[in-house]
Amino acid sequence: MNLLTPQQIAEALQAAAGADFVSARCTEWAEGAKGRKSQQVWIKIAREALIPTLKRLVEIHYPHVAVIAFADTGAQVDLMYHFYVYWGIPHEEILVTFTVSLDKTDLKVPTITDIIPGALTSEREKQEMLGIEVVDIPDGRRLFLPEDFPQGVYPWRKDETGIPPDMVKDLWATGRDSCQFNDNPPPAEPKAE
Amino acid sequence: MKTIEVKKPSGYATQIGPAHPALKEPVMFSLDIEGERIKKVDFVPGMAHRGVEWMGMRRNCIQTMYLAERICGICGITHSISFSRAVEQIAQIQVPVRAHYIRSIVGELERIHSHLLWAGVAAHELGFDSAFYLAWRVRENVMDLLEYLTGNRVHYAIIQIGGVRRDIVPDQFPRIEESMKFFEDAYAKLAAVFLDDTTVQMRCRGCGVLTYDEARELCPVGPTARASGIKKDVRIDHAYAAYGDIELEYQTPDLLTGEVRGDVYDRIITRLLEVKQSIGIVRQLLAMLPDGPLLAIPKPAVLLAKLKGAAGEAVGRHEAPRGEVMHYVRLEAGKDEPAAWKVKASSYSNYLSWIPMMEGEQIADIPIIAASIDPCISCTDRVALVRPDSRQILTKEELHRLSVEKTRRIQASLVK
Repeated sequence: MNLLTPQQIAEALQAAAGADFVSARCTEWAEGAKGRKSQQVWIKIAREALIPTLKRLVEIHYPHVAVIAFADTGAQVDLMYHFYVYWGIPHEEILVTFTVSLDKTDLKVPTITDIIPGALTSEREKQEMLGIEVVDIPDGRRLFLPEDFPQGVYPWRKDETGIPPDMVKDLWATGRDSCQFNDNPPPAEPKAE
Repeated sequence: MKTIEVKKPSGYATQIGPAHPALKEPVMFSLDIEGERIKKVDFVPGMAHRGVEWMGMRRNCIQTMYLAERICGICGITHSISFSRAVEQIAQIQVPVRAHYIRSIVGELERIHSHLLWAGVAAHELGFDSAFYLAWRVRENVMDLLEYLTGNRVHYAIIQIGGVRRDIVPDQFPRIEESMKFFEDAYAKLAAVFLDDTTVQMRCRGCGVLTYDEARELCPVGPTARASGIKKDVRIDHAYAAYGDIELEYQTPDLLTGEVRGDVYDRIITRLLEVKQSIGIVRQLLAMLPDGPLLAIPKPAVLLAKLKGAAGEAVGRHEAPRGEVMHYVRLEAGKDEPAAWKVKASSYSNYLSWIPMMEGEQIADIPIIAASIDPCISCTDRVALVRPDSRQILTKEELHRLSVEKTRRIQASLVK
């Protein structure tokens, strides 16, 4: 296999994203005595370019999807799609992250499960935890949240749709015996010499 | 002539789970079964979701690092090393080389203890309790060693952002070597018990198959992926800590048997091979252990001040015993707490693989297939067999009994 450098991958993805490309950067990090470098490509694109850019990445090497990370930045929610290409080749694996920013007024993103089925877990999680609508998701049920969890509350959001203060239960405030420190048994008496 | 329509029974729906509350990630399975065969698999995780990310985004980075350590009771170093590595990359903190080596050594000891724990659980699920006792007896040695080196049997608290909190000194080397010799002997014993046993082979060969293509598309990690021939290992692909300094090989089952079948048996082989590999890594790293400091920034207050000024995003990864763990962290300047934190544990990636593994298998194979990806076994707590007219609930004990009976039937057929 002819391996592309991180810069070449970034250029190829930029070409695939076309007008919807925002920015790209390549980083590296080294650890250990030999200081072997690990490479990362960070690319920011608009939502419309997600599928064509991912298809270009699949042409480069079938990616392993790790997870879709998130950040609530105020007016927007950022989704970070973490992929690995060139896995299985010692020290050549590259982390490729697609960052897609969504306005909170229009939290919709296309599904990528038709390209990589393994992304389903992460997409279901983003729907329930962030209130994002993944369009055409094959299985849109909740995943981690229980059925009786209130609708319209999204635990990872930092705005008014996040966890309200009355849903937060502090363990120390429950009054449960095991959470009180004042009724611990007294320390053992020192033994007489 | 009149034809009489015979309505075939449409099968049952079965539920397994939810969970034993004492364990990490309980899961409830819903299975459509026809006779003994599983037709369709669905699962519901989240019975023990504790909102750790929510809590972490309200604490400073050092507190979050200790919180991360408590995500899992088996992988005591996994989450703290992943979180620390992400933060170190954002703040450009160069960890001393000696600390990288100690991180890797503790990581490998943890792998030995986790795989031995798994081997015991797997043997128990097969009704092979003498092997379960043997594996857990052997595991005690590595727990003692971890306590000797770090002060704790679990939650070692050895990782700090920018290094490690405790040293491994030459006085301790003989005790480590003693344990490594012990594990070499134990490995030979366990390999004979698991791999040469006809009953284990008959229960596990061809059972719970995950093909290479399924594994590629469903993106499992760790031994689950490697047993299907996916050569994926963070230690080799994206070297970190001291792993880049030594030569490592992907542990796939064909190293032992010459072929990859992707069944439960291959997952046993993969984990046993990894125990052997870990023994080698610990010895190699101890021999190469360089001198130097343990922490880049020894004072927590100075560290916190530096982290408060740091901004950016990074990913920290670690090859845990069950596969890759990754943490995504975003820091903003002037804030103590992470602006964003996403934890991806290994089982998170491995769950989807249960579906192709279980479909077409028998009810009695559920315990060993569920265990074969090394999740929390608690999922087999309770089974409800739902029939149109009645509702029958199978307890974990009954399900375990079904599995043991199948083993006994196979053994009886061998005697004839």
